[in-house]
Amino acid sequence: MGALHFRSFFAVALLLTCALGFQSDELLLDDDEFGIEGGRSFDSDSRHQPSAAATSTTSRKRFSDSASDSKIQFPLQHAFGDSDFSDAGNFSARLKTWSHGGQTLTKLRFKRDPLTDVEQKNFQELLRGDDFYRIRLPSNVLSPPGREYIISSVKARCLPGDGLEEHFVIHMEGVNVLAVNYGAPGACPYPRQLKLPAKWSFKSYTVLKNSEQAPRAPIFAEDVLGGEGGVGEAVKPMEKSFWAKYWMYLIPLGLIVMNAVTQAMNMPDEQPGGQPGAQTQQQPGPAVQRGPGSGVRRR
Amino acid sequence: MAMVIRCFLTLLLFLVSTHLTSSLYEDQVGLMDWHQQYIGKVKHALFHTQKTGRKRVLVSTEENVVASLDLRRGEIFWRHVLGTNDVVDGLDIALGKYVITLSSDGSILRAWNLPDGQMKNLKADKDDLILVFGKGCLHAVSSIDGEVLWRQDFAGESIEVGHIIQSTDEIYVAGFIGSSKFYVYGLNAKNGELLKNDHTTLPSDTFGELLSVSSDKFVVLDNMRSKILTIKIKNGKISYNQKPISDLNKDSSGQAVILPSRIPELFALRMNSRVLLIKVTNEGDLVLVDKINNAAGVSDALSISEGQHALAFAQHEDSKIRLLVKDINNWNDDLLKESIIIDNQRGNIDKIFINNYLRTDRSYGFRALIVMEDHSLLLVQQGEIVWSREDGLASVVDVTTSELPVEKEGVSVAKVEQNLFEWLKGHVLKLKGTLMIASPEDVVAIQALRLRSSEKSKMTRDHNGFRKLLIILTRAGKVFALHTGDGRVVWSVLLHTLRKTEVCKDPVGLNIYQWQVPHHHALDENPSILVVGRCGPSLATPAVLSFIDAYNGKELNSMSLTHTVAQVIPLPYTDSTEQRLHLIIDINQHAYLYPRSPEAIDILQREFSNVYWYSVEADDGVIRGHALKGNCIHIIDEYCFDFRDLWSIVFPSETEKIIATVTRKSNEVVHTQAKVMTDYDVMYKYVSKNVLFVANAAPKARGEIGAATPEEAWLVIYIIDTVTGRILHRMTHHGCQGPVHAVFSENWVVYHYFNLRAHRYEMSVVEVYDQSRGDNKDVWKFVLGKHNLTSPISSYYRPEVTTKSQSYFFTHSVKAIEVTSTAKGITSKQLLIGTIGDQVLALDKRFLDPRRTLNPSQAEKEEGIIPLTDSLPIISQTYITHSLKVEGLQGIVTVPAKLESTSLVFAYGVDLFFTQVAPSRTYDSLTEDFSYALLLLTIVALVAAIFVTWVLSERKDLQEKWR
Repeated sequence: MGALHFRSFFAVALLLTCALGFQSDELLLDDDEFGIEGGRSFDSDSRHQPSAAATSTTSRKRFSDSASDSKIQFPLQHAFGDSDFSDAGNFSARLKTWSHGGQTLTKLRFKRDPLTDVEQKNFQELLRGDDFYRIRLPSNVLSPPGREYIISSVKARCLPGDGLEEHFVIHMEGVNVLAVNYGAPGACPYPRQLKLPAKWSFKSYTVLKNSEQAPRAPIFAEDVLGGEGGVGEAVKPMEKSFWAKYWMYLIPLGLIVMNAVTQAMNMPDEQPGGQPGAQTQQQPGPAVQRGPGSGVRRR
Repeated sequence: MAMVIRCFLTLLLFLVSTHLTSSLYEDQVGLMDWHQQYIGKVKHALFHTQKTGRKRVLVSTEENVVASLDLRRGEIFWRHVLGTNDVVDGLDIALGKYVITLSSDGSILRAWNLPDGQMKNLKADKDDLILVFGKGCLHAVSSIDGEVLWRQDFAGESIEVGHIIQSTDEIYVAGFIGSSKFYVYGLNAKNGELLKNDHTTLPSDTFGELLSVSSDKFVVLDNMRSKILTIKIKNGKISYNQKPISDLNKDSSGQAVILPSRIPELFALRMNSRVLLIKVTNEGDLVLVDKINNAAGVSDALSISEGQHALAFAQHEDSKIRLLVKDINNWNDDLLKESIIIDNQRGNIDKIFINNYLRTDRSYGFRALIVMEDHSLLLVQQGEIVWSREDGLASVVDVTTSELPVEKEGVSVAKVEQNLFEWLKGHVLKLKGTLMIASPEDVVAIQALRLRSSEKSKMTRDHNGFRKLLIILTRAGKVFALHTGDGRVVWSVLLHTLRKTEVCKDPVGLNIYQWQVPHHHALDENPSILVVGRCGPSLATPAVLSFIDAYNGKELNSMSLTHTVAQVIPLPYTDSTEQRLHLIIDINQHAYLYPRSPEAIDILQREFSNVYWYSVEADDGVIRGHALKGNCIHIIDEYCFDFRDLWSIVFPSETEKIIATVTRKSNEVVHTQAKVMTDYDVMYKYVSKNVLFVANAAPKARGEIGAATPEEAWLVIYIIDTVTGRILHRMTHHGCQGPVHAVFSENWVVYHYFNLRAHRYEMSVVEVYDQSRGDNKDVWKFVLGKHNLTSPISSYYRPEVTTKSQSYFFTHSVKAIEVTSTAKGITSKQLLIGTIGDQVLALDKRFLDPRRTLNPSQAEKEEGIIPLTDSLPIISQTYITHSLKVEGLQGIVTVPAKLESTSLVFAYGVDLFFTQVAPSRTYDSLTEDFSYALLLLTIVALVAAIFVTWVLSERKDLQEKWR
């Protein structure tokens, strides 16, 4: 009986692991569509991490079926200190045109150009001088550079980690770039130490952000009054733990116990240890006898 | 120390949860607060002295105030503050009992009842026409019922109408097209029908306004300002002639200006400091009547009796002013000649209005109302200043505060002894008041005692930090120091850098900063303040600086700078004399360091890479961040620095326009960085000083409320780190629009806007919490020192922030929002809202808590979370202005007192109001009316009782033992 049970359990477990272990070999069109742009070879040493495109468009937009897509590209440019800007990489994204006319970017990818020798040298200069590494993006991705370039900068000493690490948060409004938050993914505490990167390649993380909807002011009508009875019933005061309830009694109790224990520890200590103690202290016997004596006198 | 603070906090929590509101009793009004009423710079004045009874003067001012003042004492009988866009153009008395004002470019005509200032419908028996000209249109208004009888439009012909001449049947309207074509139209007074017109082209372009000398003669200057054109109209026909000024006056150097004084047959021409009085004869010829040197002002003519006109003018003579009144027809005798000593801090005379009265000996006497350069108003009679009003205080530009000097040791014994009796008497009175046995006279005496308690108006620093100096910069360029105790003017100084000169044509005061606040090693020096101004309204005019001693108002130093000023940045560094370093940014991308001393350069060099600032270009919708780069390349000045742009945020111009930006106060203190939630969870506040709140509106919804539909309107708010340009939070309110008023404090921002969908005003709160420090919740981490709380925080650290926000409806529209600030930031906060009714409402911040829920749990209630409501309550007891109004409210300033529970509040507009607020009640001090005598009496009684009962018990004991 037990063996049968065990066997069936085993079978189920096996089935489960099979199901979990199943890996689809289906070609994901979405991802493949955004392969390599401009014929640059994909570097094998994971210099370019696939980026998370976090979009927070409203749910209304997400379910719109009549959206049409197109691919676009826009450049990232960088400058070392006060030098002029030069191309540093390319962002590629899918441009969705919604039925109501709005356009948004999704699936942002970033591909950085490897640093040239000159650029490496410039970067080392920046690190020594604790100077700014600056980047810029066009303010309109459809017609770069748009009205003006969006500039962002970071102290170069913040970037070197294992390699060079960078983190982009691009704030979008339709096809306009409002701002880019650029910096190192981790901390960069103030007395910045000079540290040269082990590898001269960038590890980039990119996030796309859109505006959130503000919470509405709560509007109360009579339904609040009606619903209150039911809701009030459901909410029961949370049962507190024993400790939370009675800590005020337990702590003094504990203290009393501790006190008693230490006294009990001291008491037997004194009797065996009384002899050497008395010797060193030169406490004479009369002192002991004075106790009863005084008691007599008190009467 | 921690224990004390904890005690404070518990106590505070207790107090907060027990008392939602703190209001004051009727007898406490005026104890800690004061209110001053002003009217602003007088533009026009009319005397009303004909009737017996109260003599008054009616004034209209540049602050759009219409007021009736007591001619005896200068007090306000009544006053009306018209809106900011409702500029008063004219003032007159009609029918002897109504005041008529014309405002908003002549589009609004109002009549007020003369004795009490109530708005009236005009009622008259006689059918008089009131002619009103405004916006290119002439209206005839019936004086019976205020109905418009007829109108004539001149705007279509692009005529700038200069004058209207009224005779019994015909009305002539004269004006220019362009600057040289002169037109005259004759209208029928009955129905406005156009009867005739004429025009002529003058030989040259004209300069300035057309001045009417008599009913049919006009004078105007030509555009070279060297000739005077005299225009005469006879039966609708124009004739003119011209005369060079040099014919009248040999020494005709300098620019001539015709003064706008209305004098029959005469006009006044100012050239440099000299005024020429020129008579226009019937033939249109010009005759020089008099030359007045050092003339300060010329009044309009006053008709004394039939055919006799008097004219007053003033001359400066060293520190005195000579006032002369002359008869126009008989120029050689003076009707009045007086010299008056006027405080030279009042500057020059701006305007004079005269009025006559019958002296006891039946001769004519004259009194003059003088408007000074600092906008103050004086009434002069019999060579003395009868009263004066500091009406410059009606136009406050900027406010800062200064500490008072420390009290010197050593108080004489005699003074104490003398005060001892008074002290005792006072306490006995208070005791009576407490025990409710005080007679009405005693109550009055108690009230008087409280009000006059000399403590609060002393000129020394007090233990609680209630006594301070409010340093106020006014539009006239005068700086006032007001005592917070009673609001009196301690000193005032008219800054000479902000007075009109040849170099600096139209100076404006911009801001006032604390320049030197000595506290540690430079205590013997007086604190000083910096006033920054500019030589004109445009950004491209050079800057001026003044340094003023805060104790006595002496101008220590002043500078006329060669560069401009776009922004002033007080740096958080001071030099060895506690002078604060300031960077002045000009419009050509340079930063200048002040004070200009090598030590300041040293300090700046040390912190060179840590200086960041931002600039907002509201018109372009761009915000930029900057940092210093190095010394200027093109300018040889070691105090000049170039800077570079570090970041930029470009808002798409088709969807967003910047309408409001707010930062935290640089001197704000945050007591605790952590906030304990009800579930014993800890949230860390994101308390960075470098944050900026920006509110953007849709371009269509920038105008008035109602101009855009809810679909076209939205409001986007941003919280931006100003060092790195990171957007920490971004949120869209659909269907909402400005105007936005906001306040940023600690880790939260509260803003007020209009919701078009709900048709109501709303207030929202956003609280920002730092999540990267959120994992410091484990006690063991603290014990083992593995937390990251002590690690320095850098702006280059990628912040992981979360925000909580909530919106509530709010009934009022708002003029200003501030938040209380206290010395250590322990006391809970109140929002001070300047309402549209010119009052200040204190609203507890807890009403604007994003964590409010519909049914707070027991624990949440204990914490003080208020059940969620859709709108914010307006409790009438929490108006800190109680029954008063701060007319024309513009701003609210809060300053921490030394006493933690108390914050000092100063609200300004046309009026000034000062009070103390204690958002969590005064938990750290006894109230002023605490009866020490009662306490003493209780102790004495108790001690006596102890002795009595002791004796009694002894006696009883003894008796028991004998038994």
